[in-house]
Amino acid sequence: MNRVQGTAVERPWALRVERPTPEIASVELTGVWRKEHGLPDPSEVLRQLQGASPVHLLTFDTSHLTGWDSGLVTFASRVFEEARALGIASDRAGLPDGAQRLLRLAEAVPERQTNRSGLPPSWLARIGTRAAADWTAIVVGLAFLGESLFALGALLRGRARFRLVDLLSVIQECGPRALGIVSLISFLIGLILGFVGAVQLEQFGASIFVANLVAIAMTREIGCIMTAIVMAGRTGAAFAAQLGTMNTNQEIDALSTMGISPTEFLVLPRMLALIFMMPLLTIYADLVGILGGAVVGVALLGLGPTEYFEQTRGAVGLASFFIGVGKSVVFGILVALVGCLRGMQSGRSAAAVGLAATSAVVTSIVLIIVVDGVFAVILNVLSL
Amino acid sequence: MASGVTPPPPRITVDDLTMAYGSFVIQHDLSFTVAPGEIFVVMGGSGCGKSTLLNHMVGLRAPAKGDVLYDGRSFCHAETEEREHLRRRLGVSYQAGALWSSMTLAENVALPLETFTELSPKQIREIVSLKLALVGLAGFEEFYPSEISGGMLKRAGVARAMALDPDILFFDEPSAGLDPISSRRLDDLILELRASLGATMVVVTHELASIFAIADRAVFLDAETRTMIAMGDPKKLRDESPEASVRAFLTRGGPDAGGAR
Repeated sequence: MNRVQGTAVERPWALRVERPTPEIASVELTGVWRKEHGLPDPSEVLRQLQGASPVHLLTFDTSHLTGWDSGLVTFASRVFEEARALGIASDRAGLPDGAQRLLRLAEAVPERQTNRSGLPPSWLARIGTRAAADWTAIVVGLAFLGESLFALGALLRGRARFRLVDLLSVIQECGPRALGIVSLISFLIGLILGFVGAVQLEQFGASIFVANLVAIAMTREIGCIMTAIVMAGRTGAAFAAQLGTMNTNQEIDALSTMGISPTEFLVLPRMLALIFMMPLLTIYADLVGILGGAVVGVALLGLGPTEYFEQTRGAVGLASFFIGVGKSVVFGILVALVGCLRGMQSGRSAAAVGLAATSAVVTSIVLIIVVDGVFAVILNVLSL
Repeated sequence: MASGVTPPPPRITVDDLTMAYGSFVIQHDLSFTVAPGEIFVVMGGSGCGKSTLLNHMVGLRAPAKGDVLYDGRSFCHAETEEREHLRRRLGVSYQAGALWSSMTLAENVALPLETFTELSPKQIREIVSLKLALVGLAGFEEFYPSEISGGMLKRAGVARAMALDPDILFFDEPSAGLDPISSRRLDDLILELRASLGATMVVVTHELASIFAIADRAVFLDAETRTMIAMGDPKKLRDESPEASVRAFLTRGGPDAGGAR
């Protein structure tokens, strides 16, 4: 006679396996069998049966059971399963009536053979799947780029269909409403550049060149990059979320079946808005950044405001200025296209829309930095 | 009296259509025709590919094999221009309305009119009001989709689908998620529109009450064999279909429920 029993306080259940005859094993369950009290391991019961003489029939005795829930049913079904594997017949008549019904319900529809095992596929399969998915993503991205350029072409021929009011509201959203954060970021960046420059240049008595450092860095690189990154986080994510939600709600399908191109109707106004607004925001960021540098120059280094201004004017050529503004247009197109693409590719669930927004921001920022690197190399070759 | 008359050429022909996501076949070898002015129901259990069939018929997905023809002209393999032209003859009402959420109901219905017609803004406004009135939404012109109920959304979707007076209307699960009264009103609307406009209707649904109320003919898509296993008047199919699963579907597993398993 074997007993499995927990301490009385924590474990209100008890399990006992009896052998009324050598062929029959009777499992006696007493007390309360609920999930929250923990349950015994079903294989424990079977192990106790593998004794002297072979068992042919397994029965249950639950006459002293005082409470149960699906934990008992799970336990019993596992015991039956393992008994079947050992070739032992089982009789479930001893179980509570409700538990028997639940077991019958669970067994009513046989398990479907699906090819989802829950096991992770082999590393080779994972690499293959990933590579295939990446390749598809590249093809889809290029197709989308081509479609957007076609839409831009249609616009130039005056044949693109979108609502002017949509364009204006996107411009409002990504232009004027972004001024606050662009001001703050570029002022602080200008300030930081000024500090870094001041500490180094003061040692050589060349403090005035802080103006050159700040002005060139802001107009050529930092102004457009910081603006683009702010826009990627602010506007690119918003585009992806908007279009992702529209996709979930079949609004994009509705446009297609209506014969209205989603690229023209949704992507074009967003792309145009950023093409218009990015250069303006960048010029603004350049000015605010230079102002931040001037604060350091005047307050920390004791340079005269006029002196600083004149030095800045001498330092920034038209080339640096236009390089920065030109890059900002490219970054604007990037942010708009990536945001829209991720939104239109989004799956049709809340989680998918969130992923689309995240992925839009990450992809945009990576592309901004990479493209800026490409620009640096090209401009270096052209010695501009 | 109809016996001597040759039937009119079909408005819609689905010809040997196979639909697949990648290598996963959803339904294969579908062939049927829909006559002008007919209400044709696509029925079947959940997940059998009813809505996918609708997406193929309106051109949202390309078939793996086969074609869909409108008045004998190929739709799936048509040139872009021709396809866009055919598309304007189709109106689609989506499951949840799919109204453009940044626009009011009036703007939703007006957009296709602004895009494809030369009407003046005043004329467009009048047409929009009429279409909304037809679906019982007069006075809701300036409401946004988020401000109205699910049943109203669907009816507004129908108004938008009718904006360009298409001669073929598609409905994706019109009664799904509606209370019995609203769903009945939508059925009545479909019948009324057919009677007054003479449009051909393709309705995807699994609501028995709707099927019996509106369908002239229906096709049953089977999820197990992945093809169509019955076609005809649903009342006849319910009583006489040789397929037990079709009889079971049309009677909720009903009188001869044994056939359901």
